[in-house]
Amino acid sequence: MSIDATDRKILAATQAGLPLVAAPYAEVAGWLGLDEAEVISRLDAMLSRGVIRRIAVAPNHYALGVVANGMSVWDVDDTHAETLGAQVGALDFVSHCYLRPRALPDWPYNLFAMLHGTDRNAVETHRTAVRDLLGDACRSDDILYSSRILKKTGMRLSEGA
Amino acid sequence: MRRQPLAPDTLDATDRALLNRLQDGFPLTSHPFAEIGAEMDLAEDDVINRVSRLRELGAITRFGPFLDAAAMGGAFCLCAIAVPSDRFDEVMTLVNAHPEVAHNYERVHRLNMWFVLACDQPSQINKVADRIEAETGLTVLRFPKLKEFFIGFRVTA
Repeated sequence: MSIDATDRKILAATQAGLPLVAAPYAEVAGWLGLDEAEVISRLDAMLSRGVIRRIAVAPNHYALGVVANGMSVWDVDDTHAETLGAQVGALDFVSHCYLRPRALPDWPYNLFAMLHGTDRNAVETHRTAVRDLLGDACRSDDILYSSRILKKTGMRLSEGA
Repeated sequence: MRRQPLAPDTLDATDRALLNRLQDGFPLTSHPFAEIGAEMDLAEDDVINRVSRLRELGAITRFGPFLDAAAMGGAFCLCAIAVPSDRFDEVMTLVNAHPEVAHNYERVHRLNMWFVLACDQPSQINKVADRIEAETGLTVLRFPKLKEFFIGFRVTA
């Protein structure tokens, strides 16, 4: 899946945020020397191709009081892992949910789900809900709380590359 | 990024409804704020002003397109190291020095350092992880994603 230079310019111009004006896509088009219809149709095409997941707001969950999180990890029977993983990922307190390879013998867990709550008790309550959902298909689990952010630069798209 | 909760009365019911609505998606039309306003019985200006204020308050971290970096050709891998506690700062410095390390967290576990490698090419992931092993003398466990389950997460404002 690829994007061309014009797509890339549109993404680079909007990754810090859409302009908060009545016609934001026309504004972006003006910055780039394009017309509004082209900006809208290119964004729409990138949405359908999955390059853009969605155009939306990301709330700051810390500001809204959702300050606790833990990386829950689960050893789920491979035959059910995809079906159950999809159910876990759909829970509204789960922000990221992935199947990953185990690293035996150190690491028996294949399902990773990031749980969020207002405090650690809430996170543990969510963990119980996931455990109930997985039932007998889950052999063991753990949760890893973060104690420090050591680096966070995130993924930024360069305009040139 | 703001990491402290806002005072409970900072947002009114309309702000909260707007935050909830905008997590679901933003129209790709000429006047998207007017469209949101029509749904919620708000004037276009009111929607724009409220979103501006939410952004200034730090209640919103991003507003716009969310990219699927893997769909654009990048490669990512979650990695973990069991770092002896007396070497933690030294190993952290070695790991963080790699520009491919996009973020890195200390976690409460025997595997106490978890970081994400973000590279342009899949083949670079193992090269960088091998280099970190050589520099630190520690095993870098690699957990590439096999499958991602999309994402029901919503913060109820």
